[in-house]
Order: sequence, then structure tokens, then C-alpha cells
Amino acid sequence: MLRLGGSVIGFSGTEATSMAKGENLADTIRMLDSYANAIVIRHSLEGAARFAAEVAESPVINAGDGSQNHPTQAMLDLYTMWREFGTIDGLSIGILGDLRYARVVNSLIQALSYYKVKLHLISPEPLKPRRELLEFMSSRGMAYDWTDDPYKAIGDVDVLYVVRIQRERFPDPMEYERVRGAYRVDLKLIERAKPSMIIMHPLPRVDEVDFAVDSTHHARYFKQAGLGVPLRMALLKLILGGDHE
Amino acid sequence: MSSKKELIISKIRSGVVIDHIPAGRALLVLRMLGITGREGFRVALVMNVESGKLGIKDIVKVEGRELTKDELNLVALVAPTATVNIIRDYEVVSKFKVVVPDVIEGLIKCKNPRCITNQQREPIKSRFRVVSREPLKLVCDYCGTIHDLGDIEKSLGIT
Repeated sequence: MLRLGGSVIGFSGTEATSMAKGENLADTIRMLDSYANAIVIRHSLEGAARFAAEVAESPVINAGDGSQNHPTQAMLDLYTMWREFGTIDGLSIGILGDLRYARVVNSLIQALSYYKVKLHLISPEPLKPRRELLEFMSSRGMAYDWTDDPYKAIGDVDVLYVVRIQRERFPDPMEYERVRGAYRVDLKLIERAKPSMIIMHPLPRVDEVDFAVDSTHHARYFKQAGLGVPLRMALLKLILGGDHE
Repeated sequence: MSSKKELIISKIRSGVVIDHIPAGRALLVLRMLGITGREGFRVALVMNVESGKLGIKDIVKVEGRELTKDELNLVALVAPTATVNIIRDYEVVSKFKVVVPDVIEGLIKCKNPRCITNQQREPIKSRFRVVSREPLKLVCDYCGTIHDLGDIEKSLGIT
């Protein structure tokens, strides 16, 4: 926003807003709506962004709502793939990790449903996608397979998309303890990959990608994160309008 | 009304007769319509009477209040077999089978505790889109959670 010459009314958590004093989301959004030309919201509850968009007159961008969606991340993910391969159609994409609670997985698969891709879903059994996502994929006629073993899929993928296990979204901490550390992308795993395979990750990473992988030519997650800047600039520009130049 | 057995309660002059309600569901039908009995107009309710089609059934008659087709279609959630007769001056002026509407607002609670519609202090009503009628399947418009008949009945207090 700043690079586009705009300014930001920002806060990172509820403690800096009147929500800490007991104000509800609707009132907070109405206030921001009267101050700002666009609202970007990240919220811990599912559907919060949609609700905000109903309350506000200004455009609302969903920057993540609970474990449901994270559309701008998906856009920059597709942009990254397109920059790397010049196409998205025809790619074989492995998504490894928490397919149940990671919101980027939902948005990424929704975005990929517009293309012809081969999907390998890789996760521990308890973190398989939710019914909602599986039904979405079948309604869009998306072909996919699932395995709990990254070694089975690694040789076939052009993109290995890794997501963290979403500790904060587990209803039961015991359940988290059972699956933490269930998978790890390390040098041993990527030895079996195609030379052109790239590893993506929405970050932050915990221990699911070994630091040793960072220096390999497969790692793209930092570049990917960087592409979030022009992508989000473009999105704000599209939403707010204004002159080219 | 043609059958003698339905005349346990007299004919109504103007209003709505909801017939072929599965036995025991008449009170739920009134709840779907938002009728508490305190509104002042006359409501007749017959439960567990003989029916050619259903074995036994319930009937609800509401006199003196016009109900829209959209309102009446909500009855389909709890009584999919129900038929509606609109009465004016003792004559049936229209008759239809209820069908679950495309969108259902405010009646059902989303089963996802992390859905924004379950926040107490937000001015928000639940909203579901019907994605399938047979079998019944609704999707929360806010959080995307799928609800089957069992979830819907649980939310409405039907066991």
C-alpha cells in the first residue's frame, strides 16, 4: 500500500483495537469503513471476511479467515508457479502437510481448479482434507490421489507445496502432539525429485522443511514470499482504480 | 376439505391449511413459520390422525394470516411430505407441495463452533445455501461447512 503511495491504518491484533474493550467485529468494521478506502482483514473465525464485506461499503480483502480461506496467498502461489514454468496447465503439484486446517490449501486448490493440473495430496491420515474440500474437488472434476508417504509422490511432482501443521487450529492439543513432526522435507527426500522440481511454502515454517534445503536450487519459498508484494500491489490497484503510469 | 376425519376441526374461512405433515411434527411446522400462538390469530393443530398416504399425519390450520410461499417452503425442512392449501372464502385457491427453498436464513445454527455466525455479539444471522434436496444438503454461506439432514434436525431439536 505504501509503495502505491497510499497510507495504512493498521493494527496487528485485537489488543490494539476497541475489540479489546468489547467492541464487536461489525462495529470495528463500520469504523474502519468510514476511515478507509479498502479494508484488509485477517480473523481467527471462519466467515469473518465475508461478514465484514457485508457490513462495509468499502471493498474488503480477505487476508485469511480461520482455517477456511486465504485467497491472496493462492494468487501469489499461482503467480509464482507461472513465473517459474510459464504455465500452470500440465503441472504436477504435490501438496504436503496439514490439509485439514491450513487455509492456504483450500484457496490454493480452489484456484488450481481453473487449470488442468495433476494433484498429489500428501498428509498424515488425521490431517486429510475435510469433506468440504474433497466434495469441492469432485464437483470440479479434479483428479487427485492421496498418500501419507512423501517418498511415493516426490518423483512425479513439478511443485512440492509444503504447509505447516496448524498447531493453533487443533481443537485438541493431544491430537497435535500425535501428528507433529510427521513429515519433513530434507535433502534425502529431494534427492529423488526431478531436477526442475521447486519447493514452495506459504511460511512461516517450523520444522517441516529442513534449513539445509534452503540453499538447494529447489527452494523457492523466499522468492514466493517476495512475489506477494507486487501481487498484492496489483490487487489493491485493481480494487481501488487510479491511473496507469 | 374432503375427508370426514379432517373435520375434527371446522373449515377455515381464509388462511392456510398445511396437510400431510409427518405425525408428531406439527409443532415444529409452527416453529418453522415463526408462529408462537401469541400473535392473536387462530391456529388449529391436529396430531396423529389417519391418513391414506402416510398412515398417520398431522395437520395445521392457520386462519387470518397470509403466509408467503417462501415462508411456507421452510416447512419442507421438517415436513418434506407436506402440502399447502391456501383458502379464501372457504375455497381452496391454490395448492402446492412444499419444496426446500434455495436459501435458508436464521433458522438453523451452523455446527462449526468457529463460524462467525455463532458469535453472540455480532449482528449476523446464519445463512445456508441448499446444494442438494435429495438427499438434503446445505452449505453455510459464511464458513462453507456442509450440513446433512442429521445436522439440520439436530439444530432444529428433532431427534
